[in-house]
Amino acid sequence: MMAKTIKQIQQGLAQKKFSSVEITQHFLDRIDSHNSTINCFITVTGELALQQAKSADLVIARGEAQALTGIPLAHKDIFCTDGIKTSCASRMLDNFIAPYDATIIEKFKLGGAVMLGKTNMDEFAMGSSNENSFYGPVANPWDFERVPGGSSGGSAAAVAASLAPAATGTDTGGSIRQPAALCGISGIKPTYGRVSRYGMIAFGSSLDQGGPLAHSAEDCAILLQTMAGFDPRDSTSIDRAVPDYSEQLNADIKGLKIGLPKELFAEGLDSDVAKVIETAIQEYRRLGAEVVDIQLPNSNLAIPVYYVVAPAECSSNLSRFDGVRFGHRCDNPIDLEDLYKRSRAEGFGDEVKRRIMIGTYVLSAGYYDAYYLKAQQLRRLIKQDYEKAFEQVDVILCPVTPEVAFKQGAKTDDPVSMYLQDIYTLSLNLAGLPGISIPAGFSQQLPVGMQLIGNYFDESRLLNVAHQFQQVTDWHLKAPEVG
Amino acid sequence: MTLKNEDVRNIAQLARLQIDDSTIEQLTSDLSNILALAEQMKAMDTTNVIPMAHPMDAIQRLRDDEVTETDQRDKFQGIAPDVENGFYRVPKVIE
Repeated sequence: MMAKTIKQIQQGLAQKKFSSVEITQHFLDRIDSHNSTINCFITVTGELALQQAKSADLVIARGEAQALTGIPLAHKDIFCTDGIKTSCASRMLDNFIAPYDATIIEKFKLGGAVMLGKTNMDEFAMGSSNENSFYGPVANPWDFERVPGGSSGGSAAAVAASLAPAATGTDTGGSIRQPAALCGISGIKPTYGRVSRYGMIAFGSSLDQGGPLAHSAEDCAILLQTMAGFDPRDSTSIDRAVPDYSEQLNADIKGLKIGLPKELFAEGLDSDVAKVIETAIQEYRRLGAEVVDIQLPNSNLAIPVYYVVAPAECSSNLSRFDGVRFGHRCDNPIDLEDLYKRSRAEGFGDEVKRRIMIGTYVLSAGYYDAYYLKAQQLRRLIKQDYEKAFEQVDVILCPVTPEVAFKQGAKTDDPVSMYLQDIYTLSLNLAGLPGISIPAGFSQQLPVGMQLIGNYFDESRLLNVAHQFQQVTDWHLKAPEVG
Repeated sequence: MTLKNEDVRNIAQLARLQIDDSTIEQLTSDLSNILALAEQMKAMDTTNVIPMAHPMDAIQRLRDDEVTETDQRDKFQGIAPDVENGFYRVPKVIE
């Protein structure tokens, strides 16, 4: 293979080992060979990619290359891309050609990056296995019978199988970190408000956050540099300077205080996964970090709170899909209500309907206080647990998932069992904190991820702590054999 | 919280979702199970806890009232299911 990581492609382009057209063609060829098996792309934009690569090569020849000039990337099909189908993996948007670019897409374009295509996902980002896609499930490149995680499952699988060097994703309750863990790659969910949500199709607006999935923390730093920043078009974007994420990567972590929340190592955690995490903790001790026990007493509430707050926000956000201005419309509606009801019933899949209905219920008169308001109050307690913990420690370390990638179909009949997969990832989104998932080892020949949680806007430190681990381990270099 | 089929029909009506009679039993059971999960919140005392709507407790940012968007009606209507003379067409609402 010519080059695998963003860092390697940057070097290859700078040293004229290959052109952007060549490296882009290399990834397009791999997509061509393997996408029928893995199903990680919904749309492949080969022609556009080669055009962009050609322009990038001219920029490189003029000596005007920026960090991402000529670098091919894949984007989750939740980000609006002007003139290109943006489906959110839903029948509702199967015919939707976005009329504008999401802010992060615009930033990547301005930065000279090349777009390989749009990746598969759980419909409207609702799911933990990528089995809720209108375009069919995505295979985990480590074992095609297993799920890649979700909802950014297509992005994670594409990177793991090297069909793209890196990809964008979004994370509402773990949708970057969990697929990154199950596919053996690195993925960071930034602080809420760090990356613009403009043009990112909304699911849970107080939880959603975009971020990169890549082979290493170093690559995540490069991508986050372009993605992060204030955007006046997103009313919840935070106006705060973006640090140089790559600058901190090599900082020594001697004396770093790592907190271990005992609640997140309790029952339900697979013993082999626990062993892998234990070994990773030993590695950090060797690097000079100090490991401290901490408490997050309300973490058991994250699942119930999340599965009230997220559906509530989803039911509100998805009310815009009514079959009138864009998206799917049913045939021969008899009246306006029939048009709404049948367009929505035909356009949405089962999990999306369940969440819309739960959200509608918890926001309805008579139930609002008992469910929605209660969840918002508990959300504050969860956040306060983290605030207390960060008075004692610099980062928190815990698993990403209770087990390795499960078999396709294993949890599809029981929505609640699927929700329990998110036990270690949800509380971050509720608190708005950043978290990174990096490969920490293997169990049953399947990747195990480790999660590092940082304080607000402390992405630099998370990337640094993850990078230092990747300097002394090679888990992130392991690749599945997909041919 | 155990829902009845009738509750689910009401919720579906509020959410403007057509529900197929053949799926109502399963849906009622699934939604009841999800709400049972949410019931775990009840055990917690939240007296005097201020509800949290935004992770940073940020308030809505306002901008000056200036025109910032250009007219792109044709582009936006190009992806609409049914338009006529610049309007979105829907079935007759008023008899």
